[in-house]
Amino acid sequence: MLRLSFRKPEKFSVYWTEVMREMVSQGIGSLGIVSIISLFIGAVATIQTAFQLISDIIPRSVVGSITRDSTILEFSPTITALVLAGRIGSSIASQIGTMRVTEQIDALEIMGVNAPGYLISPKIISGVTMIPLLIIISVGLGLIGGYFACAASADVSTADYIDGLTGGFNPVIVSVCAVKAIAFGFIITSVCSYQGFYTSGGALEVGQAATRGVVFSCVTILFADLIISKLML
Amino acid sequence: MIEIKNIYKTFGDNEVLRGVSANFKPGKNNLIIGSSGSGKTTLLKCIVGLHEPTKGEVYYDQENFTEMHFEGRVPIRKQIGMLFQNSALFDSMTVEQNIIFPLNLFTEMSKAEKVDRANFCLERVNLKGKNKLYPSELSGGMKKRVGIARAISMQPRYLFVDEPNSGLDPKTAILIDELISEITDEYQTTTVIVTHDMNSVMGIGDHIIFLDNGLKWWEGSNHEIAHTDNKELNQFVFASKFMQAAREKL
Repeated sequence: MLRLSFRKPEKFSVYWTEVMREMVSQGIGSLGIVSIISLFIGAVATIQTAFQLISDIIPRSVVGSITRDSTILEFSPTITALVLAGRIGSSIASQIGTMRVTEQIDALEIMGVNAPGYLISPKIISGVTMIPLLIIISVGLGLIGGYFACAASADVSTADYIDGLTGGFNPVIVSVCAVKAIAFGFIITSVCSYQGFYTSGGALEVGQAATRGVVFSCVTILFADLIISKLML
Repeated sequence: MIEIKNIYKTFGDNEVLRGVSANFKPGKNNLIIGSSGSGKTTLLKCIVGLHEPTKGEVYYDQENFTEMHFEGRVPIRKQIGMLFQNSALFDSMTVEQNIIFPLNLFTEMSKAEKVDRANFCLERVNLKGKNKLYPSELSGGMKKRVGIARAISMQPRYLFVDEPNSGLDPKTAILIDELISEITDEYQTTTVIVTHDMNSVMGIGDHIIFLDNGLKWWEGSNHEIAHTDNKELNQFVFASKFMQAAREKL
C-alpha cells in the first residue's frame, strides 16, 4: 500500500491541494485539543514533581528541569500522539473506509486515478509535518502550564521554575522528541489509512476499522516510543 | 470493441463466474441481465478491472486488459465512464467539483473551460444550475444523473452502468434509461449495462446477455427475448404474472 501511495502523481497540483487541505484539517483542527491537554499536563507534571521532590536538600529549580525533560521527552510527544490517534486516526480510517464501502474508491480507480496515492499520500505527508508541529506547540504550552502551576502554588516559585527550565539543558532530548514526533505522525496516518482502505462491508465495518486503526496506532506508538527511547538515550 | 474470453471468478470456494465469453457491440446498449446473485456485477467489475478474473481475458480493441499493469491500464481507463449502483459521488465535493475532478487530473483545460464542460454535462442530464449542491442534497434520481454527467465529462468511448434503476420510481427509471440510450447514440459509446429490470431490457436492450448461476445461457436482442425457448431465460423474464399475461398476448 505504501509503495502504491508514493507513485508519481497524475497531476502534482491536484495532490498539492489535497496535502494543504489535510494540513489544515490535521493541524488547525487539532490545535484546540492539543493546547488544552498540553497546558494541563504541564501543570499537573509540575505539581506532582514538586510534591515528590520538595525537601531541604534538593534545590527547587529541579522541578523545572524535570518538568522540562519529561515534557519534551515523553509527555508531549507520546500523550499528544495518543490523543491525535483518536482525533486524526479515527477520522482518516472512517473517511477512507466510508469511501471504500460507498464505491467512491472504485470510482477513482475506474477513472485511472491511483487511489492509494490520491487518498493516502497527502494524509501521510501532512501527518509527518503537522504532528511534529503540534508536538512542538504542545511542549511550549506544557512548559507554560507548569509556570502557571508554580504561580498558583507556594511550593515552587516561578523564578526557581524558570531557573530549572534553563539550566543543565541536554540538546539530545530535542532530537529524541523530533524523531518520536515524525515517527508517531507516520504511524497514525499510515496505520489508520491502511485500516480504512481495506475495509469491506458497510457502516458497522467502517466503525470497526476506525476502532482498529486507533487501537493499532496507540499500541504501535507505545512500541515505537520504547524503541526510540532505548536507541537514542 | 470489448471482448471477454472464458472469464472465471472465484471468491474462496464460491465460483461466481464459470467461463463467460461475449462480445459487446460498439455504439450499442449491451445489457447483462440475470437474477440476483447470478454474477452480473462481478462480471462488470472484471471487465473494468475492479476485480481480477481468476481465469480468462478481457480485450479492449484487441488489447489484453487483463495482462496490463496499473500504468498500462490508465490510457484505457481514461476512455471509460462508469455509473455505479449508488452513484458513488464524492461526498466532500459539490456536483460541479465531482464532474470537474477527472478533468483536473487528466486534462490541461483552463478553469473556465472545465466549468463550461461541467455546465454542458449538467445541461445534458437536465440538471442545469445544480452546480453548487452537494450529493447529500440530491435525490436518488438526481445522483444518478450527476453520476452520468461525471461519467461523460471525459467523453468516454466505453460506458459502464451498474443497476441504473435500483431504488428509483418507474418514471425516473425510464428517464435514466432514455438518457443512457441517448448518450450511447450521441457519443457512439460501447455501453454495458447490468440490470434485472425488464423495462430496461425491453426498452433499450440492443444486445442482451443472460447470466444465471455464473454461466451465460442466452445472447440476443430485445426483439428476440420474448420468443426464446431457453428455459432459464423464460423463468427469469416471465417470472411476474404481468409478463406472463404480456406473453400470452404476443
